[in-house]
Amino acid sequence: MAAVRIPPTLRAEVGGSRELEAHGETVGDVIDDLVERYPALGGQLLQDGELAPFVNVFVRGEDIRTSDGLDTPVRGGDQLILLPAMAGGV
Amino acid sequence: MATYRELLAQVKEEIEEISTIEAQGRLDPSEGSLFVDVREPDEWEEGHIPGAVHITRGRLESRIEGLIPDKNRPLVVYCSAGSRSAFAAKVLGEMGYEDVVSVAGGFADWKRNGFEVTIPRVLSSEQRSRYSRHLLIPEVGEDGQQRLLDARVLLVGAGGLGSPASMYLAAAGVGTLGIVDADVVDESNLQRQIVHSTDRLGEPKVLSAKRTLQALNPDVRVVPFQERLTSDNVERILADGWDVIVDGADNFPTRYLVNDASVWHRIPVVHGSIFRFEGQVTVFSPGEGPCYRCLFPQPPPPELAPSCAEGGVLGVLPGIIGSIQASEALKLILDRGDSLAGRLLLFDALGTTLDEVTVRRNPDCPVCGDSPTITDYADYVEFCNAPLGLD
Repeated sequence: MAAVRIPPTLRAEVGGSRELEAHGETVGDVIDDLVERYPALGGQLLQDGELAPFVNVFVRGEDIRTSDGLDTPVRGGDQLILLPAMAGGV
Repeated sequence: MATYRELLAQVKEEIEEISTIEAQGRLDPSEGSLFVDVREPDEWEEGHIPGAVHITRGRLESRIEGLIPDKNRPLVVYCSAGSRSAFAAKVLGEMGYEDVVSVAGGFADWKRNGFEVTIPRVLSSEQRSRYSRHLLIPEVGEDGQQRLLDARVLLVGAGGLGSPASMYLAAAGVGTLGIVDADVVDESNLQRQIVHSTDRLGEPKVLSAKRTLQALNPDVRVVPFQERLTSDNVERILADGWDVIVDGADNFPTRYLVNDASVWHRIPVVHGSIFRFEGQVTVFSPGEGPCYRCLFPQPPPPELAPSCAEGGVLGVLPGIIGSIQASEALKLILDRGDSLAGRLLLFDALGTTLDEVTVRRNPDCPVCGDSPTITDYADYVEFCNAPLGLD
């Protein structure tokens, strides 16, 4: 079980939640679990089964691209942060 | 009851004295000695021993531990002739400083021997008063304040983030602030853009900001660029030479442009972005850490990246994120502390949480990587609207 932080830009797809609990042994499993429950997230996070290039996922504070990508293991109690780029400054 | 003369003689018995010639031999930094000048400010301003720190005799006991926490550090204490420094050396010994010597003959004898002297640049009495709370901080002090006054910071955007950032940088005495913004002040800006005000509606933001900042601190020179930063003008604007860029832009093309230019010019960028209740802030330090493209190789499609104009923003949020940006910029100028390079702070005002994630330089980054593939400015508007996954 991991806690997944949902960024403001994706909250409409998950009924407004800021954080969701999700199951999975790897980041890919956790995202699959979320997408199964909130299908609209799929198009926002994945492209051809891979993480979309404009989405960053951090587990235990580290970008999964610098570890094993979607195969990065998730341990119980881990926090996943979905991080989109935000342009706004004004 | 002892007279001054008797007391001085007694103190000199209890401390170790060295001659100015011996002191000169300890000037080499590899010797590890720190020179402490205990004279009055007007004496210090007329010249001092190079590398010395200045604490007046009257404030020695209260300041020394903040300035020199290491009590094993060898200290060479001097005044004008060797009397005040003798008393200072005695009290430092009593405070636990293990290796303290007083320079017999003091600075007067040092000068007579023709040894090297540093004439400090001095703050005016108005500046001394204005920046007094900085001068009290060991990490800033007079040298740091001079650095700030000499510094040049370019702010991209005079909006939500640029407002608090520019005001705190101006208040801190950053000598030159460049501001790039093409917009005019609109009523919908005033809920958060505190550098502007109701009587500035319709006025170019750079000029409105300039009025506010110079009213706040006449030491600050504001250089307005009333234009949008583009591939065509970025080289001209950067040609002025900037120490730090504070990025508070409102769109992806400008973010990528600022990034690429900063990598090529090796200028650190203090990056902030905000949306609704959430803010992100970090430092991109070319040559030392990741760049914006290492973190976000490609911009999201427009429908996934609504601007504040489309999605809204809590008015105070840019105040928090922009103030962190100002703090980071000041630290970069002062070369103090640990910057946010390699760390991205995520602030959520709704839950009042602050998270930190690690950002690493990507060796395959097209701009700052080991074999860059992007080496010149592109059409950033097209890049940000282009279909993804095609490169």
